[in-house]
Amino acid sequence: MRPKYYNHKPMSIIVYIENSEGQVRKASAEAVAYARSIEEDVHVLAIGQEWDEGALASMGRYGAGTVWRYAGTDKNKNDSGFIAASLKDIGGRTGSKLFIMAQTVQGCQVGALLAVGLDGSLATNVAGLPDQTNGFMVNRSIFSGKAFESVSLSKENKILVVRKNTVQAVEKEGEAKVQDYNPEGYSDQEKVKVTGTEMAEGDVLLSEAEIVVSGGRGLKGPENWGMVEELAKTLKAATGCSKPVSDMGWRPHHEHVGQTGIKVAPQLYIAIGISGAIQHLAGVNSSKCIVVINKDPEAPFFREADYGVVGDAFEVVPKLNEALKKVI
Amino acid sequence: MKILVCISHVPDTTARIAFTDNNTAFDKTGVQYIIGPYEDFALARAVELKEECGAAVTVLCVGGAETEATIRKALAIGADDAVRIDSEPTSASSVATQIAHYVKESNFDLILMGRESTDYNGGVVHTMVGGLLGLPAITPVMTLEIEGSLARISREIDGGREFMEVQMPFVAGCQEPIAEWKIPNMRGIMTARTKPLVVKERVETDSGVNTVSYSLPEKKSGVKLVDEDNMDELAALLKNEAKVL
Repeated sequence: MRPKYYNHKPMSIIVYIENSEGQVRKASAEAVAYARSIEEDVHVLAIGQEWDEGALASMGRYGAGTVWRYAGTDKNKNDSGFIAASLKDIGGRTGSKLFIMAQTVQGCQVGALLAVGLDGSLATNVAGLPDQTNGFMVNRSIFSGKAFESVSLSKENKILVVRKNTVQAVEKEGEAKVQDYNPEGYSDQEKVKVTGTEMAEGDVLLSEAEIVVSGGRGLKGPENWGMVEELAKTLKAATGCSKPVSDMGWRPHHEHVGQTGIKVAPQLYIAIGISGAIQHLAGVNSSKCIVVINKDPEAPFFREADYGVVGDAFEVVPKLNEALKKVI
Repeated sequence: MKILVCISHVPDTTARIAFTDNNTAFDKTGVQYIIGPYEDFALARAVELKEECGAAVTVLCVGGAETEATIRKALAIGADDAVRIDSEPTSASSVATQIAHYVKESNFDLILMGRESTDYNGGVVHTMVGGLLGLPAITPVMTLEIEGSLARISREIDGGREFMEVQMPFVAGCQEPIAEWKIPNMRGIMTARTKPLVVKERVETDSGVNTVSYSLPEKKSGVKLVDEDNMDELAALLKNEAKVL
């Protein structure tokens, strides 16, 4: 048994960050800010050739002291096993016992493999800062945002996969020291061969968007999506839709927001002609502000909304678009 | 080819979420349980593969005796036999350890799961099983085709899709549109009663993750309705009150 004061000794934290076209993804910047809220000594691992030099140094603004950079190959940056092995290696070098990453598909895979590799305690969907007054406890989101579970993590190595919007990534003064990292002792995964990718059209990534405009069956047909796209353009928003809309093929599957589709957590979610089935709500209930436009005043979505407009979407949406153009 | 489909036994997606015992246990009163919606996709694809390439499909659930009705439903949908590992699914790591232990002694060509369970939303059991067994784990898988010992897969990545070829065996976390959900027919329900369901002892494990308590999010304070002819007011509220523009 270690003496109790060991828990209060300052330690370092390692954060894995992802980029989008060379710039840090918002969720990853939040993960760095989250780590900095716990300890002062924050290390960051960045893998990939496309990382912008300035973007790496500016990780200091979110609280990182040191950035470990490895350009590597395209295979490296997409290989969760390689990333987990690198985090474990850096943990060995710095003596870090706490590892943090953003809740993304890759973040979950890296966290899972790191937990296996280090025999550590893992929590995903983390929705708050840890409470270390008695052990190490964190709140995680469960039942698709409908409840929280407080878990106690007891192993020496701990891995937290942090949900978007858990802390704000506020930029402060500071520059991180960027150093090259040379990974050791990892052999490539030979059984998996990536043969291609196909990126969705549209300027704003649905999962990253600050504002999302979604349409439902109330819009009556795919030919009526013009006004949704116009509104999204005004707001620089991503477009989404309800499950019936993607099932009927009115909109592509990757726009489906809900329990079995994409879960979004934007600042503003505007739902047009969506009644608000519980499965749809499960995909949007982490949004900061919800606006519902529906002609049925009894639509269940109004109970979950911050602002509501009871009216015909075909009249309301163009008017809202004009009104927003005046204030943006 | 041998396929293992790991299912979770979760509250219906419309179930009321509440807690009992001083907020330390999920309130099961009046709650209907179902096969996890994502695992339902995985199971449907496995049953299709039975017809396409003559696979044998085993369904596995980590849970207590109360999960057997859910397991029988998976047998009715078309799985050939079933295994229940008698262990409370207390964390992703403990479930993954139970599954990996079973797979090690039974050997499967393909291990299908859902991308995440809809109750605890961990989303990591597939990848942990892959890590424990040294197998690739691919998630979330949207299409899956088998050619000999090779699988052609597409999976969702942020903002698009990735296509890959994977050598079996491997683990996959599935989601739509991998297959259409299947509804059991009467013949399936009848034969499911006599299909083998084996109960296995759990292996001891400490995941280092323990639930302390549960809580519910704060209720929304109520919707503020804006007249349909007054969109300037809504725009102003979004800008000045909600501060989201």
